[in-house]
Amino acid sequence: MDSLSEIIRNSQIWKSIIRHPMPVDRRNRIVVMLTNFFLHLHPVSAKKQGIALSYTWCMGGITFFLFLVETVTGVLLMFYYRPTVEWAYSDIVALRDVVSLGVLRELHRWGAHAMVITVWLHMYRVFLTGSYKPPREFNWVLGVILLLLTLLLSFTGYLLPWDQLAIWAITVGSNMARATPFLGNEGPGAALLTVGGVDMITNASDARFLTLGARFVGEETLNRFYVLHCVAIPLGAALLLAIHFWRIRKDGGISGPL
Amino acid sequence: MHGHLSQAEFLAGMAAFLGVFYLSLAIMNAIAAAFLWESGRGVTLFRVNVLGLYSLPFTTPILWLLVALYFVALSPLAFSGDPYMMWWVSLPAVVIDTIDYWVNPTVYTVGSLVFFGSLFWMRRFFVKPVVAWCCFNLVLLFMGFSMTNQSFSAIVTKADNVPIVGLMFLLGFFTWLATSRAVANDDRALRGEPPLESVDNEKVLVWPDLVYTELICMVAVLALLLVWGLLLQAPLEEPASSVKTPNPSKAPWYFLGLQEMLVYYDPWMAGVVLPSVILFGLIAIPYLDFNKLGNGYYTISQRKFAYLNFQFGFLVLWVTLIVMGTFLRGPNWNFFHPFETWDTHKVEALSNVDLSQWFWNDLFGVARPKAPEGSGGFKQFIYIVYRESPGIVFIVSYLVLLPPVMAVTFMRKFFIKMGFIRFMVLTNLMLMMGLLPLKMILRWSVNLKYFISIPEYFLNL
Repeated sequence: MDSLSEIIRNSQIWKSIIRHPMPVDRRNRIVVMLTNFFLHLHPVSAKKQGIALSYTWCMGGITFFLFLVETVTGVLLMFYYRPTVEWAYSDIVALRDVVSLGVLRELHRWGAHAMVITVWLHMYRVFLTGSYKPPREFNWVLGVILLLLTLLLSFTGYLLPWDQLAIWAITVGSNMARATPFLGNEGPGAALLTVGGVDMITNASDARFLTLGARFVGEETLNRFYVLHCVAIPLGAALLLAIHFWRIRKDGGISGPL
Repeated sequence: MHGHLSQAEFLAGMAAFLGVFYLSLAIMNAIAAAFLWESGRGVTLFRVNVLGLYSLPFTTPILWLLVALYFVALSPLAFSGDPYMMWWVSLPAVVIDTIDYWVNPTVYTVGSLVFFGSLFWMRRFFVKPVVAWCCFNLVLLFMGFSMTNQSFSAIVTKADNVPIVGLMFLLGFFTWLATSRAVANDDRALRGEPPLESVDNEKVLVWPDLVYTELICMVAVLALLLVWGLLLQAPLEEPASSVKTPNPSKAPWYFLGLQEMLVYYDPWMAGVVLPSVILFGLIAIPYLDFNKLGNGYYTISQRKFAYLNFQFGFLVLWVTLIVMGTFLRGPNWNFFHPFETWDTHKVEALSNVDLSQWFWNDLFGVARPKAPEGSGGFKQFIYIVYRESPGIVFIVSYLVLLPPVMAVTFMRKFFIKMGFIRFMVLTNLMLMMGLLPLKMILRWSVNLKYFISIPEYFLNL
């Protein structure tokens, strides 16, 4: 068997795909980090205490992993789900009762909850170790925006099952937008924004309308949240994640005592 | 919400879960005992004198072994599913009655502050592994004993609430971990030694030292998710209906802190201004914290100000309010303690008073100023400002006059180091954070409704 695996690893096909030898000695453990696409996010070497699990808690890494889990399960769910008032609910029921591997939605929902928690724990660790201090200030800022995007991803996804839980949670959440100062039709200062006696901010033009695409949570909201949830926010998050990781390297690697 | 089951039926349904629960706790403690015994890390708590002949050490492995045996004994009682047997694994009625009598939003919130405060002041005591493990066992025991109560078990096992139960344990564990490392580092600093993170800190190769950790974490998380997904079905209620409003209507759990703030502030504050301030405040942290110490290692005493501010905002306000919004708020957003049935007809008398009402009616015994009938918009505006002047003066002095006072008194050093703008941003963020507990206290003590109440412009603060 040894020789067979050797034959495979020495074949032209294998070598064309995996460009590094097995990482069994010091040299090749360095080479693997430099030549493997998935590993090249990492540095070749790092401070021992900086990567200790009791120091980092691995919460940032787990958050990213959960982002990937959400992406994969989300794409699979999209095969079955139609974001219309007519079909949304029955598609979710079918996902539960008919589709094989009926844990897809469970993985997606619990993964989303878990991701909110791991983001918080990651920020908690970064704060408690003072890792936002110079030179890492801006990466903390990116992290706060990623926290917001995580919450928005979870919030927009909450509506999609189109059950009682969904529309009323979103109704409660989006009712707040009605009270945005100046931009919500029940917000302080909105009455001041008039042109020639005509109100500029009404329930058909305010911040809540922008969020929902309608005066109340309905068909337009479902479509809007679906696009935000599946396309717009994930793209934004992916871009910021890339910068977040890149900045870890550029700002001096995993934090540690100066 | 529940009550379809008789208590006997309910207990029979819980039996298997609770039996396994206590058995798991027994195994957990047995493993802890075995680990301490094997590794020789056990500590002698006290010595027992036997007949004046021997002095036997009572060590932690013995303690956890006894705890394990106790849980082993509880397991068959729980497994029985018999109401008489399960009385032994239920909370005594006196505990539930005490909670029923004492707990309300005021006691809960002030209690949380006292709880976190004492954890902080006595952190050297609580970080000891013996104490922490003891607390962990007690919390699990309390949860187990509470699970025989229908109301408690309904709210805790609701599928979407399970993550918050998990969050509480995770936060407990990681706060303990961070605090024990910080205490160790602070002790080292007193002795003039570098933090633990600097010791034995040579560079190592990422393959295998980091890559394998990541792989194990990924496998563990995926396994956890699969088990979670197989055991617990994602919730799906009736199809959406815009005419049937559920009571209570709750936002997703991570926003329940904000929904709880709606009790004290109008939506424009609780839903828009304060969340924006929270985000802005988080972003501003690295630019406001001028303390160069504590960069890249756990410490408390070297950055006490930043630490306490953050923990007050995160643990005391954000997490505590989420827990309250999830577990303790029922129909009509009324407060229900965890052993109380959610009764939709529960009525709580509310007679809150605006600051301007109190000022004009009660203090001066006159009617609130009101513009004469038919006066123009500008005149009305002046009258409204005049009517609400006590609140306006209060808020303006709180946010504008208080910071300079702080600058010349107890925050002198901050002002000198930060300069005017950064100091004003810092103090205003702190004061905005303080607005919430301030309003809470005023609501509980003097039934204050609004500092400034201008319903004419939807401006209530």
